Amino acid sequence: MSTQHMDVAAGCLPTHQLLNVDGKRIPDEELDHHLKDLKEADLADFLRDMVVLRRMDNEATALQRQGQLGLWAPLLGQEAAQIGSVRATEDDDFIFPSYREHGVAWARGVKAEDLLSVWRGAQASGWDPNEVNIACQQIVIGSQALHAAGYGMGIKFDGGKQVSVAYFGDGATSQGDVNEAMIFAASYQAPVLFFCQNNQWAISEPVALQSRTQIADRAHGFGLKTWRVDGNDILAVYAATKAALAHARHGLGPTFIEAVTYRMGSHTTADDPTRYRKTEQLEEWKAKDPIDRLVKYLHEMGADVQSYEQRAQNAADDMAAQLRAAITTMEDPKVQELFSNVYAEKHEPTQRAAKEYLDYLGDFSGGE
Amino acid sequence: MATTMLKALNKSLHDALSEDEKVILLGEDIGTLGGVFRVTDGLKSEFGEHRVVDTPLAESGIVGTAIGLAYRGYRPVVEIQFDGFTYPAFDQLVSQLAKLHYRSRGRVKMPVTVRIPYGGGIGSPEHHSESPEAYFAHTAGLRVFAPSSVEDAYTMLRQAITCDDPVIFFEPKRRYHEKSDAELIEPEPDSSPKARVVREGNDVTMVGYGPTTYTLIDAALAAEDEGTSLEVIDLRSLDPLDFDTIAQSVQRTGKLVVVHEASRTAGLGAEICAEITERCFDYLEHAPLRVTGFDVPYPPSRLESHHLPDLDRVLHAVDAVMAHHEATEGAAQ
Repeated sequence: MSTQHMDVAAGCLPTHQLLNVDGKRIPDEELDHHLKDLKEADLADFLRDMVVLRRMDNEATALQRQGQLGLWAPLLGQEAAQIGSVRATEDDDFIFPSYREHGVAWARGVKAEDLLSVWRGAQASGWDPNEVNIACQQIVIGSQALHAAGYGMGIKFDGGKQVSVAYFGDGATSQGDVNEAMIFAASYQAPVLFFCQNNQWAISEPVALQSRTQIADRAHGFGLKTWRVDGNDILAVYAATKAALAHARHGLGPTFIEAVTYRMGSHTTADDPTRYRKTEQLEEWKAKDPIDRLVKYLHEMGADVQSYEQRAQNAADDMAAQLRAAITTMEDPKVQELFSNVYAEKHEPTQRAAKEYLDYLGDFSGGE
Repeated sequence: MATTMLKALNKSLHDALSEDEKVILLGEDIGTLGGVFRVTDGLKSEFGEHRVVDTPLAESGIVGTAIGLAYRGYRPVVEIQFDGFTYPAFDQLVSQLAKLHYRSRGRVKMPVTVRIPYGGGIGSPEHHSESPEAYFAHTAGLRVFAPSSVEDAYTMLRQAITCDDPVIFFEPKRRYHEKSDAELIEPEPDSSPKARVVREGNDVTMVGYGPTTYTLIDAALAAEDEGTSLEVIDLRSLDPLDFDTIAQSVQRTGKLVVVHEASRTAGLGAEICAEITERCFDYLEHAPLRVTGFDVPYPPSRLESHHLPDLDRVLHAVDAVMAHHEATEGAAQ
């Protein structure tokens, strides 16, 4: 049977949607009160964040095509899932992201050029985890979920008030590590939020190949309080994340959010989605665009949308100009960095290898 | 008063837990039961369930959560119950634990100790007798320790726990009940284990670690009766390897035999022989030899005595390097 014809069975959990595709507000008894502190200005900030992010994504794809980046993993379509969730966290909640959480890192203050430097191959991590409370990005699928569980266990053991947040995708839910992470977090009732962006595709594999039931239903089976939300609805994402974080802070243990979204771009710039998915599906999801939806809602509210859009556009232009200037003039790391930080403490063989290689290079630098 | 290696390891963990409140123990059955070998006996009742943590049965989960705890500022010491159960944690050890300091450009330290009872000779079923040290010595970012004696077990575990790098700590399980009257000594601050010359000799340099150290001491005693003087070196640290100590010895003896339980191909013996050949080529009187486990899966225990390097196989290798020596000596006379 072709995997293209697999279906995911109807789930036990409702899919929370607070904004429908026309931007109409839908009351939600369970989640509405988590929006009570949200002002119009916050929504305008969400819009700016998402517009800047989409621009960063487009710029990065272009820079990859120009040879400035080795690779890029687009997040096109997942802006609301990322911004809505990260904006609900406190600054000291510690986040364990995968490699596609550009929006999460950017929202925590990581500069676009630092983010992209990793994809250029200039460094292995674009930020200091201790400065932004985000672990190094994870490329091995799902491994970071265990780190989040362990961090959450630490919070529990030392009596902290923070929450540990793991980001991963639908594909990662097939990994043993993600399942083990849910087991550990549940066993110790650790304050961990497992935030799954179900973007429907793990490279070429549809979500039904990972799970024949809704992903959120599986999380429930681990004993995690779970929400399934429309991941292109920033209000639903924000409210569910607030609910999950409050649950953890009240000492009620780990939670799971399945944000149902869509990877509108390729897996990475090395991928060709036309080989495995139909244009109609993409068109269907374009109609559910997270940015358009928030704009429609702002219109519904009677806000001055034009000024908000203009402000967002200006922020995107500024980011893009700075990003291009920084990336195209970015210097390669010094050769010494090849050997730096392999170990935290003295490690004689590494130091000897570094010295020998630098001496070897030095033999050529004296000229004729 | 005589103590065993098990008790020395227990005291090492006890003293580490007392000294630093960030030290936390994780593993299967290590709490209430005190570990299947009783290395952690009594520690949960003394330090509490948040310092000595019984975990679900998932090795990747144990190492992965230890990494998360290290991100939080803890200094985890995890127990993998048996050597052959290390592999479910391979990604977390090799792709995560080993690389996070490098990946984060030095901003995140991973002071995690992974204790693994290892090696054969105890008559156990499959997966309970393996020697997987080469995988980890091959992985940049990890340190690998393998004590052989009761007193080293204490001191080196303290060194592993205070080290800011991840340490894979291989405990020679068939020596767990070994007794010693020696005093247990706290390590010097910032010290790390170096190879030690267990027994001085002039004719052949014998290199081993963990359980094979004792096979080499036995070999040295037996060889002495035949007038051959073996120098026995216990490596203690498998990464970094202390090649200087080996090279100094080989420059005197001109002959090298390396012994380990692990398989031969791409094992530590290959690395040691290659490096010493590069460093000491002009001193060598015979090609360095290896005496190792065979390139087979660890066999059913009724066959393990053939697989493990024993006294006879070690002495056979000594005879081989000495025969050449004697032949050339004879020719010169």
